[in-house]
Amino acid sequence: MDQLDRRLLNLIQEEFPLVARPYQEIGCRLGLSEDEVIRKIRKLKTEGIIRRLGGVFELRQLGYTSTLCALKVPPGRLEEVAAVVNSFPGVTHNYLREHDYNMWFTLIGPDRRHLENVIRAIKERTGITELLELPAERPFKIRVNFDLEAED
Amino acid sequence: MPRQLSEVEKNIVRIFQGDLPLEPYPFRRAARELGLKEEELLARLKALQREGIMRRFGAALRHRKAGLVANAMIVWQVPEAEVAAAGRKLASFREVTHCYQRQTRPEWPYNLYAVVHGYNRQQCEVLARRLANAIGHYNYRLLYSTAELKKESMRYFVED
Repeated sequence: MDQLDRRLLNLIQEEFPLVARPYQEIGCRLGLSEDEVIRKIRKLKTEGIIRRLGGVFELRQLGYTSTLCALKVPPGRLEEVAAVVNSFPGVTHNYLREHDYNMWFTLIGPDRRHLENVIRAIKERTGITELLELPAERPFKIRVNFDLEAED
Repeated sequence: MPRQLSEVEKNIVRIFQGDLPLEPYPFRRAARELGLKEEELLARLKALQREGIMRRFGAALRHRKAGLVANAMIVWQVPEAEVAAAGRKLASFREVTHCYQRQTRPEWPYNLYAVVHGYNRQQCEVLARRLANAIGHYNYRLLYSTAELKKESMRYFVED
């Protein structure tokens, strides 16, 4: 990734223009043609750096609810347990973290009852009972873009 | 309570939680599907953003692939009376991407969470110390992620 890629990524994370020809508009700001912008974005997608281009919605405003869970998984069972956890569509993020509670995942659903059902199913199907459920009481910040130019 | 979304708005969510096409007029097809003029659709997207229903529009990245390989969830134990001020303070840092107050459990006393990303662990540690200094609370720990097992966007209104 070069400096131009980083500028492009910052721009399309934070200020993607909602106009009829957004790639042309982005090109104007970066000194590229519409076609070059499209090709660069396609390349960043192929490389897996861009996961998706689209709307990021506020789950609470859509009437959904979410929670954070941490599971204590025996080291030998990580793969098998991850397959169970990840099989639920409401599990959007799942990370291994360095702690006895080593599997941390976020769960989104239309209501509390749905979340509780998924959590119960995960416990039943994995046989793991050591699960922390840590619902948010107050969000202070939800910012999902990353500043790629700040460090270098 | 959030307001009820109209059917058109739910359809906009259904379409734009997917991937925007890489073609010169990327909104044209969606507008046709929704039975809207292209400019009406763009106006509605902007309105959803203004209302905070759409947090933003643009690229979602895989930060690991973008070089930000160190990801730490920093958790603090902060007295209840001070957690609001501390949370607002943490949120003001550009490097903090997520910040929440969460419920505690007997075996998990941490109530304030900040997620940070860095190009290496040292960067995360220096930042954690800076954050702790800023809020004046030092009972914290960093939980580094060692693997990303799943990262997807939620798909809303799919069972309706």
